Amino acid sequence: MTEIRNYTLNFGPQHPAAHGVLRVVMEMDGEVIERLDPHIGLLHRGTEKLAETKPFNHSIGYMDRLDYVSMMCNEHAYVLAIEKLLGVKPPVRAQYIRVLFDEVTRVLNHLMWIGAHGLDIGAMAVFLYAFREREDLLDCYEAASGARMHATYYRPGGVYRDLPDHMPKYESTGRKDKKKIAERNRDREGSMLDFLWAFTERFPGKIDEYETLLTDNRIWKQRTVNIGIVTPDQAMQYGFTGPMLRGSGVEWDLRKKQPYEVYDRMEFDIPVGVTGDCYDRYLVRVEEMRQSNSIIRQCIDWLRKHPGPVMLDNVKLAPPIRTDMKHDMESMIHHFKLFTEGYHVPIGQTYQAVEAPKGEFGIYLVSDGANKPYRVKIRAPGFAHLAALDAMCRGHMLADMVAIIGSQDIVFGEIDR
Amino acid sequence: MENDQIDLIVAQYDGQMTLDGGESTITVKVDQVRALLLSLRDHPAGACEQLVDLCGMDYLDYGREGDRPWNGPRYSVVYHLLSVSRNDRLRVITWLDDDNPKAPSVIDIWRSADWFEREAFDLFGILFDGHPDLRRILTDYGFIGHPFRKDFPLSGHVEMRYDKEKKRVVYEPVTIKPRVTVPRVIREEGYSDRNS
Repeated sequence: MTEIRNYTLNFGPQHPAAHGVLRVVMEMDGEVIERLDPHIGLLHRGTEKLAETKPFNHSIGYMDRLDYVSMMCNEHAYVLAIEKLLGVKPPVRAQYIRVLFDEVTRVLNHLMWIGAHGLDIGAMAVFLYAFREREDLLDCYEAASGARMHATYYRPGGVYRDLPDHMPKYESTGRKDKKKIAERNRDREGSMLDFLWAFTERFPGKIDEYETLLTDNRIWKQRTVNIGIVTPDQAMQYGFTGPMLRGSGVEWDLRKKQPYEVYDRMEFDIPVGVTGDCYDRYLVRVEEMRQSNSIIRQCIDWLRKHPGPVMLDNVKLAPPIRTDMKHDMESMIHHFKLFTEGYHVPIGQTYQAVEAPKGEFGIYLVSDGANKPYRVKIRAPGFAHLAALDAMCRGHMLADMVAIIGSQDIVFGEIDR
Repeated sequence: MENDQIDLIVAQYDGQMTLDGGESTITVKVDQVRALLLSLRDHPAGACEQLVDLCGMDYLDYGREGDRPWNGPRYSVVYHLLSVSRNDRLRVITWLDDDNPKAPSVIDIWRSADWFEREAFDLFGILFDGHPDLRRILTDYGFIGHPFRKDFPLSGHVEMRYDKEKKRVVYEPVTIKPRVTVPRVIREEGYSDRNS
């Protein structure tokens, strides 16, 4: 008789299915997971401590690097918290731009997720299709902010600058013929909004393509249906938010329930799951992409008709106009003070949350009246989700853990902070 | 109506409730905090199904640059509760002892408290009584100190590198000097109104 006993298996931190630097120590009974212990913190950078040593505006860029596939949503929570303590509200056009880019970000995040999740459990092609669409949206990021990923575009009091009235075009490299270049530049003749509009026209068809590849796919369903079931009560207990909570059938979306910016003027639906397994979470996210597409279109429609300021006319928060600085002493001083000392935020504390693509992303900001925050606590949705990995994986096979991690949409930038 | 009932719950546990900018904050003594949180979850007027966030705070340097430095207790734990059914948020703050920062664990009230408490322990050294597995979570294996305390330097105490001769990673005292590019300033009241 051979002796049968459990053994311990180490997974990661360098593993393609670990979505970054997750290390999991698992206790296995054959191929069944008895218990597991995620070791996190390998990407800990001390963002919260760094933010305490910098003026408020300097940390906006750090927020991009938390959840590095939904950049602007992170900035949004931070900027909202500062605005709350300052008691200012950005112009309506800036609010629409923020909603527009929040939804662009949501689509970006879900595309990244659907590609990576598919890749993890054996659907190779989706990744390539998803990245084709991501490219167009990243071009919008670049046109608006100058950076493809880490935008640093939102500011307390508005956004950094108005949307550009033209899109960069492809240039002939000499090898490709002119027809091909003209074809690629077809949507780029007008403004950024025209380019994005053209994208939203074709995007629902692209989602159909992904769904053709996955939704009724036998292998996909075998890998995800009835895997990692979470009941609504469990989801609440574990602090789930976003698609993880909605996948379990709880109709909760901050954009609807506690609307910020102009979400109360948008028309969209909240998709919810039924069984709370990996497949339901997949369906919820796919439907969210369609809803985001519709919100983007509503924003474009409004933004085209309503030009206006995108930043508050407040010398304490916004840099003065460049031409004014050349001859106006006051503007020069304001500019100098803003960039050397920054603005002071009144004493107080606030918790502001946004519906980030992964769930509730919150900033708890405490100010003692200085030009730097006293404490910034970042509430990352993935942190709570990953904490429940143990409970979700118990009794499942080793390979199912990969499906569950994938359906949690883990990004280590925000979990380790 | 419901708010009155929450006031009653809070009064029952010697708490104080303040409303600031639409956000409710409850301050409560540490020996009552567990009981208060439990009734906020179970009482229909509270119905806080979710613990959204739990974090530690260190008030050592609070307002130091201004003319009114902090003289209250140093550590606190802040709970952010969310009621999905009532669509409401509550913040609960409890102050801890300076020498022995210790709070009761709420892991049996909300499972999500598990990692949040480990994080507060790791970064602030706050102990949670009743937590089954209070280990470090974000910092390195074998890390010394609690990095988010205000008296912990930004650049830390040790740095690591690979030693070719010893063929392993070694820890050494930090060589980088702390540098402040923008000093922390607290201006007198009305400073920014005057110049606008």
